Amino acid sequence: MTEPLLDLDGVSKSYPGVKANDDVRFSVDRGEIHALLGENGAGKSTLVKMIYGLVRPDTGAMRFAGAAYEPAGPVAARASGVAMVFQHFSLFEALTVAENIELGMENPPPRGELAARIVKVSKEYGLPLEPDRLVGDLSVGIRQRVEIVRCLLQDPRLLIMDEPTSVLTPQEVEILFGTLRKLKSEGVAILYISHKLDEIRQLCDRATILRHGKVVGTCIPAEETARSMAGMMIGQELAHPVAGSFSPGEKLLSIEGLSLPALGQFGVPLSDISVSLRAGEVLGIAGVAGNGQDEFMLALSGERTCAANSIRLKDRDVSRMGPTARRRVGLQAAPEERLGHAAAPAMTLSENAFLTGRVRKGLASNGFSKPSAIEAFAKDIIKGFDVRTPGTATLAGALSGGNLQKFVVGREVLQEPVVLAVNQPTWGVDAHAASQIRRALRDLAERGAGVLVISQDLDELMEISDTFAVLANGRLSPVRPAAGMSIEAIGRMMGGDFSVAESGGEHAAP
Amino acid sequence: MLRLEPRTETKTLIQALAPAAAVLITMVVGGLLFAALGKNPFEAIHTIFIAPLFDPYSRTELLIKASPLILIALGLSFGFRAGIWNIGAEGQYVMGGLAGSAVALAFWNVEGAWLLPLMAVAGIAGGAAWAMIPAFLKIRFNANEILVSLMLVYVATLFLSAMVSGPLRDPDGFNFPQSRLFHDSARLPILMEGTRVHVGIIVTMVAVLAAQIFLTRHLFGFNVRLLGQAPRAAAFSGVNAKRLTVICLGLSGAMAGLAGLFEVAGPIGQLQPSLPVGYGFTAIIVAFLGRLSPVGILFAGMVMALTYIGGETAQFALGIPSAAISVFQGLLLFILLAVDLLTRYRVRFVRRGEV
Repeated sequence: MTEPLLDLDGVSKSYPGVKANDDVRFSVDRGEIHALLGENGAGKSTLVKMIYGLVRPDTGAMRFAGAAYEPAGPVAARASGVAMVFQHFSLFEALTVAENIELGMENPPPRGELAARIVKVSKEYGLPLEPDRLVGDLSVGIRQRVEIVRCLLQDPRLLIMDEPTSVLTPQEVEILFGTLRKLKSEGVAILYISHKLDEIRQLCDRATILRHGKVVGTCIPAEETARSMAGMMIGQELAHPVAGSFSPGEKLLSIEGLSLPALGQFGVPLSDISVSLRAGEVLGIAGVAGNGQDEFMLALSGERTCAANSIRLKDRDVSRMGPTARRRVGLQAAPEERLGHAAAPAMTLSENAFLTGRVRKGLASNGFSKPSAIEAFAKDIIKGFDVRTPGTATLAGALSGGNLQKFVVGREVLQEPVVLAVNQPTWGVDAHAASQIRRALRDLAERGAGVLVISQDLDELMEISDTFAVLANGRLSPVRPAAGMSIEAIGRMMGGDFSVAESGGEHAAP
Repeated sequence: MLRLEPRTETKTLIQALAPAAAVLITMVVGGLLFAALGKNPFEAIHTIFIAPLFDPYSRTELLIKASPLILIALGLSFGFRAGIWNIGAEGQYVMGGLAGSAVALAFWNVEGAWLLPLMAVAGIAGGAAWAMIPAFLKIRFNANEILVSLMLVYVATLFLSAMVSGPLRDPDGFNFPQSRLFHDSARLPILMEGTRVHVGIIVTMVAVLAAQIFLTRHLFGFNVRLLGQAPRAAAFSGVNAKRLTVICLGLSGAMAGLAGLFEVAGPIGQLQPSLPVGYGFTAIIVAFLGRLSPVGILFAGMVMALTYIGGETAQFALGIPSAAISVFQGLLLFILLAVDLLTRYRVRFVRRGEV
């Protein structure tokens, strides 16, 4: 048996109060696509940061290509042949593709030669790029290509990819997988981090599963089911929300010809959005990030008001109302960004409960807050949504992402809204918390509310939605029943081709 | 090369003690400053910080000096928490004093208990109106309120000079640029016989209490804190940032205006070109020294007033120039900010090139 390319032997890393990695052992072979699986906070990020030289292990040893491997920093890691594509890109929008790639290289060739190499390498791997385009004009999927091509130009032996598909359309995912398989055939090893179990089953040869910083198992994904891997990952069976039989009630929300100009340079204008939502309905809205999701949420929450009669709740025109007035009549929202938008990080959970709960929960009289009522409401959220926190006086910013998300969703759900709009309800949340949040949203709909879920996670939308639409370039596709949507049809809709939604299948009648 | 690194944890106790530490460090650095001027540093610090506390008259003067500082700082603190930087309280203080004086002089020698309240209303309106200029320019044209409010201080001061040399000048005053002395109905009642302790001090104490309640228990205080800490969360919560900007600037202007009125109707008793003595600027230091909290501002106002009273004594007793006293007061804010920074960051020396 040949020696593995990368071998970790009992690697541990502690931070004050938490053991991020505890005696981790695993290896990656040449030409292998190896998945690293685990919930948020399981220690995946710390582990790959150590491999990429960003963090040094406390104890344990790493070997790379048969030699001891102790990278002093990313520069040393890259010199050894380790490259990494981060979840959040580090690209300058005002520079061209070639300039961005040049900035990330240790000893870049002359500009002309570099451009030629970019074109050649990007074509070769099925990720075509134009070196002279400004990055600011490119879609998220293309930006990721820039990051990948930047790595490929350095001839890596090990490529680390952190959640690469979270920003891609299904078609783009297929292209990426093609590239990764080609790299694999050339002997490059790939360490692939993802939450998406189906992808891992399709793509990866082996998987190492982490929980609480420890390796709890390895498996061959092709021989497992998504549910069995999720079980290993969270240590218990997933509680699957059962989409109840869908019998829509009265029309609650109707949006008619909603248009809004773009906010800022990189904003997306909303054009002529029309959709309605009935009691008991969960409407899932898919789409690649940056296609108007944020703008649509601002229009729903009331942070941006819109032309009269474009948004009606029951028979009331709420288009010109601000957030407080909309909450009063029952149209509520939970924005995507938890820290700084849905919640104030430097305020306590009590204060954050007051932030949106004031009107519907009667937490103030004549403008004076009622501390005991606020405290009770915050406690209800913490208890009802299993928020792990020492108490209501904890600052929101001190909670982990998943816990804060449960708090944010719980805060809105417990106010029994008429219509709740949520954007990315389980983004960055571990599988267990995510299933709790999805169940809460389904339960809310079953109690007779209308729920509008914007998400980039198709699995999530398929799991909880009754009806389905796609937001592409600020336009909303016609609504279709979620059941029976094919991935191909969704992919074409995400690309802006709505003819699939118009022709195929029965239209969910308004 | 020096580098600042965020501390992983900041102890609440250390943060609470930071203002006290800043005062102590200011005494040491100020002592060095006075020593460099050839004065005995211990005597100077004793004169400024300790001696006034043991003299009955100085103690009452302390209240008189602290009162406007506290009143103005309270008003400023709401805006500062919301990220609205009114630096022109001095000008609003002058305009408040001017408007109140105009009412007093318009009803000169007219007796009546209604006169003082009317003057107070005029003072509040004058200060608030002056603050509406930066407020309007900010929400309409996004003009920086720091610059606008600051520059309006000088406009207000010159306007005051014009008024006391013109329409409001004492007709029997031998052309001195000052108004008539206010008659009794236009003077603030004195609380303690033989001192200058006036009713305005009680208003200030009530204002401290009210500010504390509004900051911690009222939606207004909540919105102000929210807007300062997380503007997008404030928008999501339904806070109208423009309206709050206008209210905060108006409130700080109103309280500065009231402080100006108390000064002309209290200790001074007439309108003089020397009305602006820097309370509006010093109140900025008071607000931060008091951690933008009403109770903190109460104590900080007292400490600053101490440096004023003690500073005056030091000027005539020890011959320390008044500029040195101003430097000393500025040092306090400078050192407070430095101490604050160091409670949140640690300084590390790094060699060039090292990451």
